[in-house]
Amino acid sequence: MRGPLTTTLTRKLLGPQNRHLWFWIFVGPFVLGLTLFTYVPLAWSVYLSFFDAHNTVSPTDFVGFDNYTAMLGDDAFTGSLVTFLVFTAFIVPATYVLSLALALMVNRLRWAQAFFRSVFFLPVACSYVVAALIWKMSIFNGVRFGLANTVLDWFGADQIAWLSTTDPPWYWLVIVTVRLWLQAGFYMVLFLAGLQRISPRLYEAAAVDGARPGWQVFRYITFPQLRATSVAVVLLLVINAFQAFDEFYNLLSDSRGYPPYARPPLVYLYYTALGQGQNLGLGSAGAVILALIIAVVTVVQARWFGLGRKED
Amino acid sequence: MSMSRRRLLGAGGGLALTGALASACGSNTGRDGDDHAGQPVIEQWYHQYGEPGTEQAVRRYADAFDQANVQVQWRPGAYDQQTAAALLTKSGPDVFEVNGPTLDQIQGGQVVDLTDLLSEAKDDFNPAVLAPKTYQGKIWAVPQVIDTQLFYYRKSMLEDAGVEPPRSLDALIDAAKKLTTRDVKGLFLGNDGGPGVLGGTPLNAAGLTLVTEDGKVGFDDPAAARTLGKLRQLYAEKSLLLGAPSDWSDPAAFTQGLTAMQWSGLWALPQVKKALGDDFGVLPFPQDGAHGAPAVPVGAYGAAVSARSRHKAVAKAYVKWLWVERTNYQEDFALRYGFHIPARISLATKAAKLRQGAAGEAVRYATDHGHAEPLLWTSASRTAYQDALSRIIKGGADPDGELRSVVRKTEAELRRVQKKN
Repeated sequence: MRGPLTTTLTRKLLGPQNRHLWFWIFVGPFVLGLTLFTYVPLAWSVYLSFFDAHNTVSPTDFVGFDNYTAMLGDDAFTGSLVTFLVFTAFIVPATYVLSLALALMVNRLRWAQAFFRSVFFLPVACSYVVAALIWKMSIFNGVRFGLANTVLDWFGADQIAWLSTTDPPWYWLVIVTVRLWLQAGFYMVLFLAGLQRISPRLYEAAAVDGARPGWQVFRYITFPQLRATSVAVVLLLVINAFQAFDEFYNLLSDSRGYPPYARPPLVYLYYTALGQGQNLGLGSAGAVILALIIAVVTVVQARWFGLGRKED
Repeated sequence: MSMSRRRLLGAGGGLALTGALASACGSNTGRDGDDHAGQPVIEQWYHQYGEPGTEQAVRRYADAFDQANVQVQWRPGAYDQQTAAALLTKSGPDVFEVNGPTLDQIQGGQVVDLTDLLSEAKDDFNPAVLAPKTYQGKIWAVPQVIDTQLFYYRKSMLEDAGVEPPRSLDALIDAAKKLTTRDVKGLFLGNDGGPGVLGGTPLNAAGLTLVTEDGKVGFDDPAAARTLGKLRQLYAEKSLLLGAPSDWSDPAAFTQGLTAMQWSGLWALPQVKKALGDDFGVLPFPQDGAHGAPAVPVGAYGAAVSARSRHKAVAKAYVKWLWVERTNYQEDFALRYGFHIPARISLATKAAKLRQGAAGEAVRYATDHGHAEPLLWTSASRTAYQDALSRIIKGGADPDGELRSVVRKTEAELRRVQKKN
């Protein structure tokens, strides 16, 4: 027989109508997974970064901040950060403009809107690895029967080794276009949602005030009203650019390694910690540095753009 | 009894949770028990070979071993990374083939000393590939088969262009330029222009080494900068095929007529012969400078035993049985499916397939001019060197300055690994 104390405790734990119980049944496994597969490895990585951990995850040789100083003094790592900056400079504005343009176009469609929305969104479902291999082997291979070189040949232009030429650095065209194709549809949907939130009254008021449809309406009504969406999109784009790995790795690596150019931080850390290098201490230090940079950039950017600030 | 939706959901959730917990706590990999039908179970890993029949062959060998139940895992993908990560855990392989092991794996105590397995047969293993598997007098893997790389050239294309098979680096550069047309390039050194696959071979051709026998940097010499600088010329004169659909390890670019000469592996020889008949020849990397000599890289996957294996004794017995005693299996493995040189000298010399034509020449190059990558050449040194080579070839960077930085990095790495002795 249960006493009143047990009953009260059980009620408190389970909550009214067993809500707490159901909350933990559904959320618990995910919390457990998140803890086991994200937070524990994260903490372990920070721990490893203070040790000489060649080919071991349970090191004993404490080295303090040596791995951090080595990583920050490593030209290859700092070079990878420059690669990230270049990539961000290309991909963030390009994706922003393209996805906004697609959203504006699709939003104006009077028929088949769902069809075109699906068509532009469809590449999001494609794997980065598959897309990178299609770009590398079919469209931008360096031989005469590659799609891009065939087109160049029609105009009598020379073949281009797209991924192997550093002067000019044509590989950026390949890297940027593949990601643009893959992610523009997703951001288009975000912008579409933003566009559909704008009250038609604003457009009516603008029309009454004599604003010309087109650029003037976009400049003074649509674009300012998309401010919150724009901030979120830019933040997501920058974070995603930091995390670039799949397309770079699949476009540029071979069985013997990776060229020193266009090597983003995650690819470099992969080779340091998980490739044949197996320097898990140094790789962990790099991962911690990278995580801190992402956090700082995100916070600064969010404050700069006023993320979460109430709309005027 | 009726069941409400809530009850059904609850029961389903409970069952799922129980199942997940049960599988997490008692996952059966087939290796938990010591025995399987009275025998220990050991797991053996191979990387995925491209040649049909190899997988069936290694499973057949495993089945024939009567002291243990050997379970073969055929692993596609980034095999070296997979094994390196698996060796950190208890669920890794007992026996595995390895393109090494690396010095860090040996010093980290991840592999078992196999010296006693080769006691009687040691002299019959090719010393060039046994050396990088030997550290402080102990052997850490038993070489399985030897592979080498070399130039394939199209005889008819060279004849049409009036070019002799090149015997010096200068002649190679000249030949590649003459063989380059609008549709065909003179030479294919891989889609990256050579840094990945060539490794230390150009240095060997200049009479240098990556690391000397007494553990010093072997290319702190003006000849290194001179030779590597010449590779830039190939790129600058647009004689190199770049961006082919398949890379250097596949002879497709050569057999499809995209290039007149290609650097590839001995394994490609049957494919080249099938596609081109006798219209091809093979060459080593040509010598450069007065102190140089032709050079080809040699390497060998070796069978190693994980230090985390629960059945080290039987795993060692299996490696000895398969790669030391059962010479008929080694010959079958090397020559029946793909095209490799058996690691045992006695097998390599008597194999009829390896005596004639281009194959015979390739074996001779491997014997006379073969250089294996030294054990002290660590991954960090290799990355620094390949990066420098890429900047020299593609970016036209100053070879002297680039090499000075690699020398510094390599010296630091040598100090690190030698400190652990």
